[in-house]
Amino acid sequence: MTTAAVRQANYREAINEALRGEIERDPDVFLAGEDVAGHEGSFGASAGLLAAFGPERVVDTPISESGIIGMAVGAAATGLRPVVEVMFIDFIGVCMDQVLNQLAKMKYMFGGKARLPVVVRTTCGAGVRVAAQHSQSLEAMLCHIPGLKVVMPATPYDAKGLLISAIRDDNPVVFIEHKLLYRIQGEVPEEPYTLPLGVAEVRRPGTDLTIVSWSAMVHEALAAADELAQRGIHAEVIDLRTLSPLDAHTVLTSVHKTHRVVVAHEAVKFGGFGGEVAALIAEEAIDYLDAPVVRVGAPFSPVPFSPVLEDAWLPNRRQIVEAALRTMPARTGA
Amino acid sequence: MAVPPEVLLDLLVRMVRIREFEEAGGRLMEQGKIPGALHLYVGEEAVAAGVCASLNRDDYLTSTHRGHGHLIAKGGDFKPMYAELFGKAAGYCRGKGGSMHIADLDLGMLGANGIVGGGPPIAVGAAWTAKRRGRGQVAACFFGDGASNQGTVHEAMNMAALWELPVVFVCENNLYGEYTRQDRHQTVADVAERAASYGMPGVVVDGMDVMAVHEATHEAVARARSGGGPSLLEAKTYRYFNHIGISPTSSYRSEDEVAQWRARDPIETFRQVLAKDGVLSLEQSDALRARVRSEVEEAIHYAEESPLPDPDTLLQDVYSEPAASATGGA
Ligand SMILES: Cc1ncc(C[n+]2csc(CCOP(=O)(O)OP(=O)(O)O)c2C)c(N)n1
Ligand SMILES: [Mg+2]
Repeated sequence: MTTAAVRQANYREAINEALRGEIERDPDVFLAGEDVAGHEGSFGASAGLLAAFGPERVVDTPISESGIIGMAVGAAATGLRPVVEVMFIDFIGVCMDQVLNQLAKMKYMFGGKARLPVVVRTTCGAGVRVAAQHSQSLEAMLCHIPGLKVVMPATPYDAKGLLISAIRDDNPVVFIEHKLLYRIQGEVPEEPYTLPLGVAEVRRPGTDLTIVSWSAMVHEALAAADELAQRGIHAEVIDLRTLSPLDAHTVLTSVHKTHRVVVAHEAVKFGGFGGEVAALIAEEAIDYLDAPVVRVGAPFSPVPFSPVLEDAWLPNRRQIVEAALRTMPARTGA
Repeated sequence: MAVPPEVLLDLLVRMVRIREFEEAGGRLMEQGKIPGALHLYVGEEAVAAGVCASLNRDDYLTSTHRGHGHLIAKGGDFKPMYAELFGKAAGYCRGKGGSMHIADLDLGMLGANGIVGGGPPIAVGAAWTAKRRGRGQVAACFFGDGASNQGTVHEAMNMAALWELPVVFVCENNLYGEYTRQDRHQTVADVAERAASYGMPGVVVDGMDVMAVHEATHEAVARARSGGGPSLLEAKTYRYFNHIGISPTSSYRSEDEVAQWRARDPIETFRQVLAKDGVLSLEQSDALRARVRSEVEEAIHYAEESPLPDPDTLLQDVYSEPAASATGGA
């Protein structure tokens, strides 16, 4: 950084700035979704945009998720650059055909002749006591669909840079914002900047083991790394940032160095994206491993409502620490 | 139709029970005692009460995210309701569901629903069962003006009409889907018009008038029970509070508008009618309200005192059988 003090902003403001900048820069960009205009978004991410750009660029839609994604597909295929919002990722169930059979496949099915520059912004995550249909982390399901890119930023800085890149990208990108991150603060330069999709970030360098994570769980991983450091264990924390395409290089480079891996995510562990990361390491770096890869993820149930149950469901730093210790030779655990 | 006094009383009781339950629940939410978010039914009581008064215990009902009123009107018990809202083991859903998924299958209440437009196809399925069983059961299907723009609602109406299923579709048109006014989410003023495209009757009714709702439902239910197929009622109504909680209103609608609707309060209007007609004096309806209020207080006390779920129940009821160990555990 050349400037002495980089401006601080929160994740919500970072998203807002990216949207504002891109709508202003490119007349083909528009934002559409339920209550994104007049109400400025369920989490306030589109604050001020209707006032600045008017109802043709910032569009309140009916409650019609299939229609919203479908109109984005049609508008993109005919030359515009839509950013559409699905209020909670859980509601993607309502419009899954448009996401999986239309948006993701059109370019390929048409022999490469279509261009689908669509960003689907949505929110994920538990911890706010809104139960099974408003709390899920469904990234693995989306990563399983060729044709989609899947981005899950963990910091305000990344949220802004990655969203700008996602909007400028000519492919469909599902951009997943964790609802507990909107208020976290961080350095966010005022000017627009891009961060490449498909490139992970080493959040904390370390030598003894690698913790791979993304979205809100990155912050749990960093807290776990602090605890481990007190026990003399130096964990390297990798934030994938983009799950699809996956930055195998950064993960493998770290494994070559540390020989031990924990993969931590909030989503249900079984069938989760952690399995993909573990499989990558098994295929490409098994000879480097000194211990089995350990995954941390939620138990195999829907997200329960009752706070005691939801807290028991949510993966946390303690589980990451325990998982890390399991990968270590016994003497370091004592 | 000449309505017997006990039916009139019953309508009032249902409405008062909803009002008192909701206002107390909303306060507890705003105090942070009830976790999460409540979508309250205050202002719309005449719809649930008027519809459910024509239903039998074994009739089915699908609900919405704004579902407490539907469950209360169907005969729901305050104690397990509040316990559920508090996330307690004694709740209707053992604390797993909360407000947005509250359900009582024994009453045919197939659940509040966190997915807007999630309920109507489920009502079609319940009506299919009813038709197969041949016992004259019906399914009442509540959904909002906002929900009426979901494809599922139209798929459900078409299927119900096609198979002449005993569904009574009830659109609760409270003029807004969240913060978006009806004329900014659809071009028709009357959702009931959409019934025509499925070849079924569509009726607009004053949703602040419990007798009007009751009469219209009575007809629709009778038709459905006797094999005459589905119909669509649209009740024009209004929610007094914000989309979530009990805070009054904000920029998306005017205080004037709220005041105009409040002036037509379904409970106040109806109790005045009952007093004028000599069915129930104002003192008697005040006493009724006080009785319901103490029932509410007792239920809240019960819910607050009752135990939290054991964290060991986390993995229970994902399947009918215990989950295979390969997929269980953190
Ligand atoms: C599929 C889906 N989309 C969006 C939402 C978010 N949401 C919850 S309630 C609501 C408004 C529903 O409006 P309406 O159907 O009119 O019911 P009302 O709240 O007015 O009773 C919205 C958009 C949701 N829960 N599910
Ligand atoms: Mg509505």
